[in-house]
Amino acid sequence: MDTLVTAFENTVRTASDWVTLAFDAPSARAVVFGVHIGGHLFVEGLLFVVIIFLLSQKSYKPPKRPLSKKEIDELCDEWVPEPLIPPITEEMKYEPPVLQSAAGPHTIINGKEVINFASANYLGFIGHEKILESCTKAVEKYGVGSCGPRGFYGTIDVHLDCEARIAKFLGTSDSILYAYGLSTMFSIIPAFSKKGDIIVADEGVHWGIQNGLQLSRSTIVYYKHNDMESLQSILEKVTRKNERAKKLRRYIVAEAVYQNSGQIAPLDEIVRLKEKYRFRLILDESNSFGVLGSSGRGLTEHCRIPIEKVDIVTAAMGNALAAEGGFCTGSARVIDHQRLSSSGYVFSASLPPYLASAALTAVDVLEENLDLITKLKKNVATLHKGLSDVHGLEIVSDPQSPIVFLRLRNSTGSIKGDLLVLEDIADHVLKEDSIFCVTSKRSTIDKCNLAAGIRLFVSAAHTESDLVKAYESFKRATPLVLEGQ
Amino acid sequence: MIKIPYLAALTTLFSYGLLFVFGQLRDFFRKIFDCWSHSKLQGYAPICLGLEDFYIRRLYLRIQDCFNRPISSPPDAWFDVVERVSNDNNKTLKRTTKVSRCLNLGSYNYLGFAAADEYCTPRVIESLKRFSPSTCSTRVDGGTTTLHTELEESVANFVGKPAAVVFGMGYVTNSAILPVLIGKGGLIISDSLNHNSIVNGARGSGATVRVFQHNTPYHLEKVLREQIAEGQPRTQRPWKKIIVVVEGIYSMEGELCKLPEIVAICKKSKAYVYLDEAHSVGAVGKTGRGVCELLGVDTADVDIMMGTFTKSFGSCGGYIAGSKELIKYLKYTCPAHVYATSISPPAAQQIISSIKVILGEDGSSRGAQKLARIRENCNFFRSELQKMGFEVLGDNDSPVMPIMLYNPSKIPAFSRECLKRNVAVVTVAFPATPLLLARARICISAAHTKEDLIKALEVISRVGDLVGIKYFPAEPKKQQLEESRVKFE
Repeated sequence: MDTLVTAFENTVRTASDWVTLAFDAPSARAVVFGVHIGGHLFVEGLLFVVIIFLLSQKSYKPPKRPLSKKEIDELCDEWVPEPLIPPITEEMKYEPPVLQSAAGPHTIINGKEVINFASANYLGFIGHEKILESCTKAVEKYGVGSCGPRGFYGTIDVHLDCEARIAKFLGTSDSILYAYGLSTMFSIIPAFSKKGDIIVADEGVHWGIQNGLQLSRSTIVYYKHNDMESLQSILEKVTRKNERAKKLRRYIVAEAVYQNSGQIAPLDEIVRLKEKYRFRLILDESNSFGVLGSSGRGLTEHCRIPIEKVDIVTAAMGNALAAEGGFCTGSARVIDHQRLSSSGYVFSASLPPYLASAALTAVDVLEENLDLITKLKKNVATLHKGLSDVHGLEIVSDPQSPIVFLRLRNSTGSIKGDLLVLEDIADHVLKEDSIFCVTSKRSTIDKCNLAAGIRLFVSAAHTESDLVKAYESFKRATPLVLEGQ
Repeated sequence: MIKIPYLAALTTLFSYGLLFVFGQLRDFFRKIFDCWSHSKLQGYAPICLGLEDFYIRRLYLRIQDCFNRPISSPPDAWFDVVERVSNDNNKTLKRTTKVSRCLNLGSYNYLGFAAADEYCTPRVIESLKRFSPSTCSTRVDGGTTTLHTELEESVANFVGKPAAVVFGMGYVTNSAILPVLIGKGGLIISDSLNHNSIVNGARGSGATVRVFQHNTPYHLEKVLREQIAEGQPRTQRPWKKIIVVVEGIYSMEGELCKLPEIVAICKKSKAYVYLDEAHSVGAVGKTGRGVCELLGVDTADVDIMMGTFTKSFGSCGGYIAGSKELIKYLKYTCPAHVYATSISPPAAQQIISSIKVILGEDGSSRGAQKLARIRENCNFFRSELQKMGFEVLGDNDSPVMPIMLYNPSKIPAFSRECLKRNVAVVTVAFPATPLLLARARICISAAHTKEDLIKALEVISRVGDLVGIKYFPAEPKKQQLEESRVKFE
């Protein structure tokens, strides 16, 4: 024990002797700039070197081991995909009624003649002789299809004539034809708005516009349906946030007559706001072209605003013009840009020539017979008055819109529940009084949350008795169906 | 795969470089001139930003007269091309009243139904008088007529699937179906050269998109295995479902899809197969039923078959064929069915009648004759072009033949010289094809006679010599070979 302690004492003494020697070494007693450098500096220097060494070491990362072939095989075998479609429910088995004749104001379903309120045949051009004649001539001359996109010999002279005619009718410099009404909006919006641009849209726009907004990858802000104060506050917020954005393009997207609610957009308010905050306006006039305005030129004529104030006007021709396809009109710069950048125009076959000639003749007939528009307005007013006091249903569409939109006064609480009740009412009026009308069905990928309703498309070809029958039928049917719920 | 000759690549790059430099110079001067004049729209961002339409303004406008040529007759084998003049160096083109009768090598008229047909046209006119050009209504509202139900049965029968649904436009079919079938958490694996409508549909669906090398089954397998093993990005959850999208005939390459291998790989990995037969339905296969018939693939193995009626049936529209449940689900929820106007009744009648002709149900053998003729025509034409030394892409039996041009200045040269000799061809450049790989695309039709094809070959050969696109050595003619062989003996 003692020897261990003395050995230990000796080693400590020698160590301390060495340290004192180091501390008393001449270098340790150096004086630099009048400061004494003590021996402790060596210890600090050593510590400093150790710290630097530790910091420079890379942190420990567990090595990456890629999955082996056997592991990948196992994972692939284990993986179970979802079925391609969800199981079929009762409501999916719904079959729409099959028409056995043209979709005019009177049509035949299941051998019975019914009054047709389900076709957007606003001016009654279905079955019109002049249009049928020009279509027949076009089919005999050009065949049915155009066999190519516009860039590759799919441009037929009727297309160019139709575009010129529409531009002349509306008073713009040029217009462009699309092969399908739905593709018009979702091709135009991505051509003019890219990632980073700002679009302010109404929350009740239809799926074509929603898809276009999604494909454009721009920043989308929705304002409350047809609410100008909401629009103003959003425009204010957006411009305040992005004041330095000179290169940002900004658009407002609205429909003239909303398909989902039948309301009419207050264009003069929107144009005033757009000029104040420097936004461009894209207006979808599918349900107002040929309907609103004293000569059918649409919402701009109805609100007495020159059409140059609206930057881009689009419309589907499947409504008032009783053709198919769509068009877009605006300044020459806007239209020229679309001829190369709009995907639904460049990468798709062009409109069949007989449909272009149908649209052309329809515009000619419209210009010659302006009394069709007054008749349509009268019909809308009659139907509106007749349906305004139906027990259980209320009209939410504008009194001048050609779509009369009926909603349940007391909603069941969900869109699906409302739809079931409304479909019962529609079935009832079809069976009892042969009035064919439809509910507003929604796709599962549609983001619009407006309530469902029954849509009645009024046509200039409906007679007074048709309309009287319709509203009398609703007055009788609705209380019966609602009581039975 | 396209192997571009070294010299051609260099000259092409040089040409594009030169055009780019000149374009930038002109833009620079334009900016200076514009500073002096004001624009009406102060405070608004320009509707097209400067760089976006640089290509259009400085490159495309120079050769604008090669595209968008209007015609004034049906797009049959011979048609009238309207001549256009320009007073401001090709910036705007005006129609004249002069037309020139040209041989049509550009329209998609594979079976010759483009013009008025003796069986189809009377029936189309009858249905036009009965149902009007449009129903003005969506399919779920009042737009379904007896013609539409007949059409869907007929299409399902023709393609070989239990049920089908028809839409009014082929482009919208792809864009509106993919978002319904797959959403966030799903994976779409698509061929790198798929059509723009498929790309749009995939983007609009919200699913993750991965691309595999064009027509390469082993790369598809590699991508599939990797993706299933990794799972969704960031969360690493397993994918909800995987859809592989391929086309029957690729319109810019003329190649047939390697369908049997791809279907086998997808079956093993439990992925769903979506086949887009826009160009192949009606044009290939013994009875015209498309690429499944040609390559011997059972239609039950392909989950979703899509096609269009514009090319072989001379009409418009698109269809989806699949199991009865799939079609029922699509009819309930697809936006193109719920919101879009139904297909025009006369167009529907044209499709029904042309399917009857193809299947021989109209009592004649015109359908079989047409199919045999298009096969003969395209094989003859392709082999002759290859013998002349042109670089022709595509497989045998495919009616689409691209001829490589490469150089941007050869595009307008080829197009204009052919038009001068009354042959109308289609030339394709960026952005429909990669920048260096510009081509002229020929579409053969059953309406072309042997004389038409021989005339076309003469003209193309002469123009090819003028323009310099015979990149491969021409095969010596058979007669000379015979003579030299005789001399040896």
